[in-house]
Amino acid sequence: MDTFKKFKVPIIIVIIYFALALWLPNTAKRSIFVAIDYAKEMVLIMPPVFILMGLMEVWIPKDKIQKWLGSNSGVKGAILSFLMGTIPTGPLYVAFPMTASLLKKGACISNMVIFLGSWAALKIPQLLVEIKFLGGAFTSLRFVLTFTVIVFISVIMEVLLRKSHDKVWPEEDL
Amino acid sequence: MTTIITIYSILAVCLGLSLWKNKQKTFKAFLIAGKAFMKNAPSLLTILGIVGLILGILTPETISRLIGAEAGLIATGIAAVLGAITLIPSLIAFPLAGSLLRSGATIMTISAFITTLVMVGVVTAPMEIKSLGKRFTLLRNGLSFIGALVIAAIMGVIL
Repeated sequence: MDTFKKFKVPIIIVIIYFALALWLPNTAKRSIFVAIDYAKEMVLIMPPVFILMGLMEVWIPKDKIQKWLGSNSGVKGAILSFLMGTIPTGPLYVAFPMTASLLKKGACISNMVIFLGSWAALKIPQLLVEIKFLGGAFTSLRFVLTFTVIVFISVIMEVLLRKSHDKVWPEEDL
Repeated sequence: MTTIITIYSILAVCLGLSLWKNKQKTFKAFLIAGKAFMKNAPSLLTILGIVGLILGILTPETISRLIGAEAGLIATGIAAVLGAITLIPSLIAFPLAGSLLRSGATIMTISAFITTLVMVGVVTAPMEIKSLGKRFTLLRNGLSFIGALVIAAIMGVIL
């Protein structure tokens, strides 16, 4: 029963697919192809990401993360978060559990917002594709503006969330 | 492809080092990985299902029709919302954006689309909430959406 509850939403989605297949078979077919495409990507990317997370949990002590990415890490911590985000490591949803485990180990919120922001918007391979199709001027201006906005957001969120977390990050909660 | 190569190279180096240093700790890392995977599996399946549904309905042609047709602020707004609710890989999104730009969409519209596409994730929000909390998720996505509109406005003026 517990497993069923955990997979309630995916099961509902499968039912929606069946309904769609009866109602609009062409759309359903397209949807299934897209889902399969994304599934392939997930199958390739998720296992190494989770294993890397496990290795990080085991090998990197809490005080190191606190020192490198904690609230006293200053500009260096922010730069490190930015660089970590730009490494080509897959879609953004991969980063959420990783960010949670870094927060649990003592990284501060502003650095994690920078990490997620650069992961999402400032990735190196993504920028190369962008230059190719939208040009250098567009790409560089978007890069500078997005970076500025991310820094702003990180400061705002640090201030707002430092006082009242709605989520604590306990040891066993990844 | 770059992504796959990078991540597996990083994994190979780290895993090699870890095995060489301490087999037991490495085993423990695998246990943690397995547990995290099980915990995130329902969210990942949900993302797959919803992305399929959304992109099955919102094909590139439909998106072009919705934001390429007119050049006003309404188009920019629609583009921002479409970017926020869809999850399109950059290899498809950027060529699409490029062709929209050539077919008459404004810089402002295209910037809004690209920026919300990469920074705001409605589909992935449930997973983000599970990992990082509701307030974190709402703030990050909300502020990113506003930020994207600001970025689009500035880019529209400059370029």
